[in-house]
Amino acid sequence: MSAVLKSGVTLAVIAAVCAALVAITYSLTSERIAVNEKAWLEKSLEPALAGLTFEGSVSGSMLVVRTPHDLPGPDDVIIYRVYADDLPVAALFAVTARDGYAGAIRVLIGIEYDGTVTGIRILEHRETPGLGDKIVASRSDWVFQFDGRSLGDPRLEQWSIRRDGGEFDQLTGASVTPRAVIKVTKETLIYFAAHRDEIFSAPATEDRE
Amino acid sequence: MTTSSLVERLRVGLWKDNPGLVQLLGLCPLLAVTTTFVNGLGLGIATLFVLACSNVLVSATRRWIRHEIRIPIYVLIIASLVTCIELITKAWFPSLDRSLGIFIPLIVTNCAIIARAEIFASRNSIAASLADGIGMGAGFTVLLVAVGFFRELIGNGSMFSDLSMLFGGEPSPGLVLVDNGWLLAILPPGAFFSLALAVAAKNAIDRKKKMTKRA
Repeated sequence: MSAVLKSGVTLAVIAAVCAALVAITYSLTSERIAVNEKAWLEKSLEPALAGLTFEGSVSGSMLVVRTPHDLPGPDDVIIYRVYADDLPVAALFAVTARDGYAGAIRVLIGIEYDGTVTGIRILEHRETPGLGDKIVASRSDWVFQFDGRSLGDPRLEQWSIRRDGGEFDQLTGASVTPRAVIKVTKETLIYFAAHRDEIFSAPATEDRE
Repeated sequence: MTTSSLVERLRVGLWKDNPGLVQLLGLCPLLAVTTTFVNGLGLGIATLFVLACSNVLVSATRRWIRHEIRIPIYVLIIASLVTCIELITKAWFPSLDRSLGIFIPLIVTNCAIIARAEIFASRNSIAASLADGIGMGAGFTVLLVAVGFFRELIGNGSMFSDLSMLFGGEPSPGLVLVDNGWLLAILPPGAFFSLALAVAAKNAIDRKKKMTKRA
């Protein structure tokens, strides 16, 4: 056998063995991974709901708002809706704030049917550890100040940090981060007020692959 | 392969030729993930596993592999192992996977691994290669853990936070000594300073040993 052919065969055999190894591992883990991802999603939605519980599955309540839309962020926005006895209770918005200090911040905003905020949680961020990362609920209680607030409380112009003449606390050493979070919250509340009934009556979007 | 030479392989990996401290390999993950003890430990164990397995596989196949195609074969082996590790982490340690993020798949680019395949495993027996992989992996893990512990302590004022990511149980903030630490240690420059201190400490100890030997 020529050297080239020999090398080719060796490579092919090893590639096949490696692919088999990965395939076996995948088939052993894929089920667990799917369960974990779903559990993680439910767990990350829960805190923004302030005690309200889901009826049915998370994905069953999912509504994807495609671009272009009036919500913050450049991407499609996912909304999870909560019903009790078929009546709308609250909606959860997973929106993106583009003007964070270090890239995009993914924020989960829970809004009750009457327009008050049930809770806000940060899903993903790359803000400075020790400064901007205080927006995360486990690092400080900054994010809890929005609970129970709405578009009229405080008035629209007051939806900003104290330094900008608003109602909300800033973070020491980081003002860009809180500004970004407050801005998306305000914009989401405005969107909710304008589109509330559409949001709750729209059929669920099929689970995306 | 005698026991004493196996022990020697471990000693070489842990101290004499420590991949992080002496060879200065795999610094990217080392600097990036060592913000806490548990992050360092998690990535260390994953790297150790990949290194030990890749050394064994490279050593086992070394007689059939022609010299000119060895590099693509190392890449194949290492990439498959890392993919397996990534899937396993996602399945059984999901919160650790979220915390380490891209750095699990990036183990593939840790040059310490391909370096051991080329320098050691392709020329030595399976047992020796396994010992070498474990020794080097352990050396890397110990350094990751030490730097992670140090940065967490100084930068965050806590010890052993979020151990549940690796060992299960309720998430905990660990031992909180002070509320806020010296921020610089957690930021990227802190990683460089910590590594520099670790390298300096090793060199100082080695020099002292040499002096006492000479005296």
